[in-house]
Amino acid sequence: MAKMINLTIDGHSVSVPEGTLVVNAAKQIGIDIPVFCYHPKMEPVGMCRMCLVDIGRPVIDRATNQPVLNPDGTPKLNFGPKLETACTTPVSEGMVVDGLNDKVRAGRKDIIEFLLTSHPLDCPICDKGGECPLQNLTLGFGPGSSRFLLDEKMRLAKHLPLGDLIMLDRERCIQCGRCVRYQHEIAGDPVIAFYNRGRYLEIMTDSDPGFDSVFSGNTTDICPVGALTTNDFRFEARPWEMKSSASICAQCPVGCNTTLNVRREARAKGSTVVKRVMPRQNELVNEIWMCDKGRFAYHYMGTEARLTAPLVRKDDVLVEATWEEALAAAADGLRAAGSSLVTLAGGRLSNEDLFSLQQLTALQFGKAVLHSYMAGGELTAALGMAPGSNFSDMGKETAIVVVSSDLYEEAPIYYHRIRQAALRGAALIVVNARPTKLDDVAAHSLRCRYGEEPAVLAGLAPGGKPLEGWQAAAEALAAAENLVLLYGSDGTGLEGSQALSAACASLLTATGRAGRANNGLIAVWAHANDQGAFDMGFRPEPALDVTLAQAAAVYVAAADPAGDSPALADALDRAGFVVVQELFLTETARRADVVFPVSTYIEREGSFTNAERRVQRFYPALPPRPGTLPDFVITAQMGACLGHAIEARSASQVFLRIAAQHPAYAGQTYTTLAHTEEQWPIVGRQDLYYGGTGYDNHQGLGVQLPLVPLAEQPPTPARAQRAVAPDGTLMVYPVTRLYDRGTTVMPTLLLKDRIAQRVLALHPETAARFGLAAGVETQLTLNGVTAPVGVRLDDTLPLDVALLPRSVGLPAWEPVAIRVNQPSPLNDTPPA
Amino acid sequence: MTEQTTILLRHRAVPGLDQLQVYRDNGGFETFRKVVTSMQPADVLAEVKNSGLRGRGGAGFPTGTKWGFLPNNIWPHYVVANADESEPGTFKDREIMESNPFQFLEGLAIASYAVGANLSYVYLRGEFWQIAERLDEDIAALEAAGLLGDNLFGTQYSLRLRTHLGAGAYICGEETALLESLEGKLGQPRLRPPFPAVYGLFGKPTVINNVETLTNLPPILEKGAAWYRTFGTEKSPGVKIFSLSGCINRPGNYELPLGVTFRELIFDYGGGVPEGRTVKAFMSAGASSTIVVADDAALDTPMDYESTQNTLNAPLGSASVIILDDSVDMAWLVDKTVHFFRHESCGKCTPCREGTYWMSHLTHRIAHGKARPEDIELLDTVAAQMQGKCLCALGEFSTMAVRSGIEKFRADFEANVRRAPHG
Amino acid sequence: MNALLSQYPDKVASILAKYPADQKRAAVMPLLYLAQAGDNYITRQDVQDIAEILEISATDVVSIIGFYTLYHDEPGGKYRIQVCTDLPCALRGAEQFLANLCENIGVRVGETTPDGLITIEAVTCLAACHRAPMFQLQGDGDIAYHENMTVEKTLALIEELRKHVRTGEAAHD
Ligand SMILES: Cc1cc2nc3c(=O)[nH]c(=O)nc-3n(C[C@H](O)[C@H](O)[C@H](O)COP(=O)(O)O)c2cc1C
Ligand code: SF4
Ligand code: FES
Repeated sequence: MAKMINLTIDGHSVSVPEGTLVVNAAKQIGIDIPVFCYHPKMEPVGMCRMCLVDIGRPVIDRATNQPVLNPDGTPKLNFGPKLETACTTPVSEGMVVDGLNDKVRAGRKDIIEFLLTSHPLDCPICDKGGECPLQNLTLGFGPGSSRFLLDEKMRLAKHLPLGDLIMLDRERCIQCGRCVRYQHEIAGDPVIAFYNRGRYLEIMTDSDPGFDSVFSGNTTDICPVGALTTNDFRFEARPWEMKSSASICAQCPVGCNTTLNVRREARAKGSTVVKRVMPRQNELVNEIWMCDKGRFAYHYMGTEARLTAPLVRKDDVLVEATWEEALAAAADGLRAAGSSLVTLAGGRLSNEDLFSLQQLTALQFGKAVLHSYMAGGELTAALGMAPGSNFSDMGKETAIVVVSSDLYEEAPIYYHRIRQAALRGAALIVVNARPTKLDDVAAHSLRCRYGEEPAVLAGLAPGGKPLEGWQAAAEALAAAENLVLLYGSDGTGLEGSQALSAACASLLTATGRAGRANNGLIAVWAHANDQGAFDMGFRPEPALDVTLAQAAAVYVAAADPAGDSPALADALDRAGFVVVQELFLTETARRADVVFPVSTYIEREGSFTNAERRVQRFYPALPPRPGTLPDFVITAQMGACLGHAIEARSASQVFLRIAAQHPAYAGQTYTTLAHTEEQWPIVGRQDLYYGGTGYDNHQGLGVQLPLVPLAEQPPTPARAQRAVAPDGTLMVYPVTRLYDRGTTVMPTLLLKDRIAQRVLALHPETAARFGLAAGVETQLTLNGVTAPVGVRLDDTLPLDVALLPRSVGLPAWEPVAIRVNQPSPLNDTPPA
Repeated sequence: MTEQTTILLRHRAVPGLDQLQVYRDNGGFETFRKVVTSMQPADVLAEVKNSGLRGRGGAGFPTGTKWGFLPNNIWPHYVVANADESEPGTFKDREIMESNPFQFLEGLAIASYAVGANLSYVYLRGEFWQIAERLDEDIAALEAAGLLGDNLFGTQYSLRLRTHLGAGAYICGEETALLESLEGKLGQPRLRPPFPAVYGLFGKPTVINNVETLTNLPPILEKGAAWYRTFGTEKSPGVKIFSLSGCINRPGNYELPLGVTFRELIFDYGGGVPEGRTVKAFMSAGASSTIVVADDAALDTPMDYESTQNTLNAPLGSASVIILDDSVDMAWLVDKTVHFFRHESCGKCTPCREGTYWMSHLTHRIAHGKARPEDIELLDTVAAQMQGKCLCALGEFSTMAVRSGIEKFRADFEANVRRAPHG
Repeated sequence: MNALLSQYPDKVASILAKYPADQKRAAVMPLLYLAQAGDNYITRQDVQDIAEILEISATDVVSIIGFYTLYHDEPGGKYRIQVCTDLPCALRGAEQFLANLCENIGVRVGETTPDGLITIEAVTCLAACHRAPMFQLQGDGDIAYHENMTVEKTLALIEELRKHVRTGEAAHD
């Protein structure tokens, strides 16, 4: 507990921990000292000089070491000749801060006037208009008229694209350096910087593509003027014209809190559309940040190609039908199938949808299957992050192990937060077959072959035998008070994931760290709510094709197995009756007997459980697309036709059932999820103490669930050891790219140049062995799909393997040995 | 007339002193040997404190006191010689490094030993390219001669010296900007505290000393503090190199005891101003100082840190004295200095970045007969608005000539405004 | 693949050796000088190479070029004549000298002679105030002072350089 310091600011006394900066002490008692360069998430730099205040300190008598007193008994104060910057000055005992006197007001006027000498004053057409501290400060402190001759104002580029996502207006830039410091210090992507010096300082990027960072959008939030804006939102709307509603990003398992700004638009035939996605503060999840995928890849929400009426197969063609017909038809199909029902759900469904689906499935004695290439949800439920955990609290005392994950691509904000923890001194141990960005800040990077990760983890466990040179990592791990383990899916399929999760679990258990705050196991899932799906009782199925093919009825929601792989498409063809709930007419929907059109999650209420097992609410931002219903309602109505009473009145009612049935969720309600408390830093968007345009949180911080004892032993992997490629074949490992070709990404044209290409990455030597050359396309056949594939050489990759991104049009869900067309000079087996 | 000394500009007395052999024949590096083999770092520090040596880079801060600030629980320590010499009118460090390089390097070595640094740097302005090449050779020669390197003179002490070239930025003379630049970053000043003595080069405790300051050390450690104090004044002991430039017959460096008057420097040594003109004014510390009206009181002021500041309200700084005769238009001069500071402002803090830019527009208008009457007042207020708000002293410096110029030579400014085609 | 490294392996090594191993970044300025030695400016490739050697972003390298006036990322003259016109030199006729020089070789300040040999620039104080008029000559990976100059002496120097370049080229082919 730090020593407390007492001081007065503008006449109010306040007591704050030693080391607190004056600007923050003031904010704590609701006094805004204006800032530009200072941002509470970054180290102070004292550049802009906006935060000038008058500071008096008690005069201390050298002899007695006591404060000298005035005749009236008050301590004698010594005010310095100069104003001081509140953003760089730590508090001291007895300090008196005056932010209101004439000297200070004059000082602020002077700084504002300096900043305005070269500012275009184009507020009326500026995207920042209405949420701009410079605008607000000019009204508050600025000079009435400009004494700087207009014709001497600097003329600079006003529409300079820093890459295709971010636009820079050099005339508006006030050189505060926030964006540059954010990218260097926090994001770890130093791809923008200052060029030139003095008045000629300007922001530039030299990366390819420009401003090459998945966090670039955050700079547009913290830029205190309209210099940085997103190409996506630029000139689209004025802040005050838009409604905002709280939501949760559904792109990855982090669950960033967001605010959706929506507006009715003539362009959209008078319907309401999403104009921008903004981060919403939740210091426990995403702080005030979010990644560019979450920020920009929302356009799919508005696409026309939505299903808006149920479809029923008649004489082998799908035709529109009424809800009554469709529900009856679906019910008949399921009734006939009896217990030979397989329900296949995707992790993008809400807890409420999954709960209802699971209920119906159970009541029909069917099997609830999660469409996922990752395993271990039972383990994370028992050994996950214990309540009270927060990456922001982690530092020296914590060891963080990241295994089989390219976190920057799989879950950027975890990368973001773990990077910060590592910089604060957390011992970061990265176990992976190839280098990833996280290595930059890792204390230990342990390189192994794909498939060997479980063995490496075993070696790190107490009493285990770490491989040569890895003792240091094992010691760091043993020495740390807290242990956090994250496993992803870099090069793993479902089997590998089972082995991996089991290995993580035993390491965690062996160290005895499980169950305490800031300890636990995190699966970096492929979807926003895979964890919720596990919690609701869904399990992945190793031999999914067999299972589907043998089912008399298959009930699919929010999954497109047929689109994912021909094998599964074939299985569905062979399956009996097929019911599908979908947004679009997917490959799977095309094969269905009945198709129900669903509402997107932003058209309704619901909750997700993120990878840290924090349950979070999302709220309706748009009215439901006419003709669609939420998944859980459809399921319940189908249940009704089958004579089952399934809750459907409202998402909140369904959630109460979840709470009643699942111990981990016991006691939770939409009210508890909506609970908020004051967060630090305080970053209101109109404040002169400027945190950015990100939204503050009035709609809920969510609840981190308690751990539940391991109910069932997870299936032990059939084959834990590495898959080996038969002679003459090449082992292809699937990896995740943030910007894949998924249905949520493609509609966002802005991202087109950053989307993962269908390219096989290999070590030059390996490429040579298989006669592959950079750039040259080759026909590859993978799990029954043949397509042209590019080749990228990368000498940091392990030998004898190839990497292929998931969902770029080839079914790469688990490691697979393929035959490459070109005969290999080095290998003796005849080419396929 | 006071004798010029050759304590720092010793090459003027001993030809060929830039040759290591010659330097050694004249006792070179014996002092360093003595220091390393027979003195504790604390003793060296004490001797320097007693000598009263003050920084010659501009601030005049007591050198020994500065060394004393380094914490002994954080290592390694570094010493960085500030050879950025970029203040207009200053060219003393250059002569030292060109003609008496070994005395400077020996001084740097002594300072390094005193604070326990095993690796020290010389940061030279990029324009001193050829000097840096010479210094690299000299350092190599010293290492070959066993006067630098590991286990010096059979002791545990090891020392390496390295040069680092800037690339054209006056601000890199400011010690924290210098450190940033040496670390491979933009030359922008750091926030202080923490001061370099605690958080300096590569985040380690660091002493930054001017070339001339360091060149004082060998004689001080050889002959003792008492001897050194026989030169100069009580508060400003020792000798100083005065760089004399501008409207003067014999411009150049003059090494004199501190406390000699401006009159002596300008007339006895500089030989007065050319073409029988009269001295109108002078600047005592290059472009950074106020403009001083050259009346008798001013001319008779002793050139030491206190007198100059107190009687002339001008800093002695690095003692680069620029002479201005009666033909100089002060509005033109101020346009020159402001142009310099606008060009050299690093841009980190608002008042300096915007203020120098704004002032340069005003001084340009005035000096080129395009100004409005109110521009003189505006210029003065803009300068006033900058004062006390800048992150480092450069911004402050830029206002000195402006405000003193307008105050003392308003007529020059008004004459220019009258030339303007307005009304 | 790293052109700079393969062209000057030893120089790069000795530059890196000047700084603590964990402070590589400090070598960016000397490496930029090295890259500039050839054509008196720094190419895109140089930037990439330096970024790679020092494990920093190309953007950060470009940022350094932009801040310091002695680095050039645009081609200029093979030699740059940088005349000091700062206060002390101006008091000794530097501005007149520059004007006359420009007139004589027929380019304006900041421009390059048609043959690409010389760029004329005006710069701030070079610590040679007592020997004005003066300039520094940047080129051939060197910076040389020329003090107490006259236009005649300067023109002669330029002729020297022109010869030097010709013979140099002759030597090449
Ligand atoms: C804008 C500015 C420029 C400076 N330029 C120089 C310089 O060129 N050489 C120098 O030695 N000190 C210069 N200084 C002073 C240094 O910051 C530092 O005080 C000095 O090098 C300390 O050495 P000393 O104590 O031996 O004088 C400059 C300071 C400022 C604010
Ligand atoms: S772009 Fe914005 S954040 Fe970046 S320096 Fe300029 S004003 Fe600051
Ligand atoms: S100087 Fe304090 S906010 Fe910029």
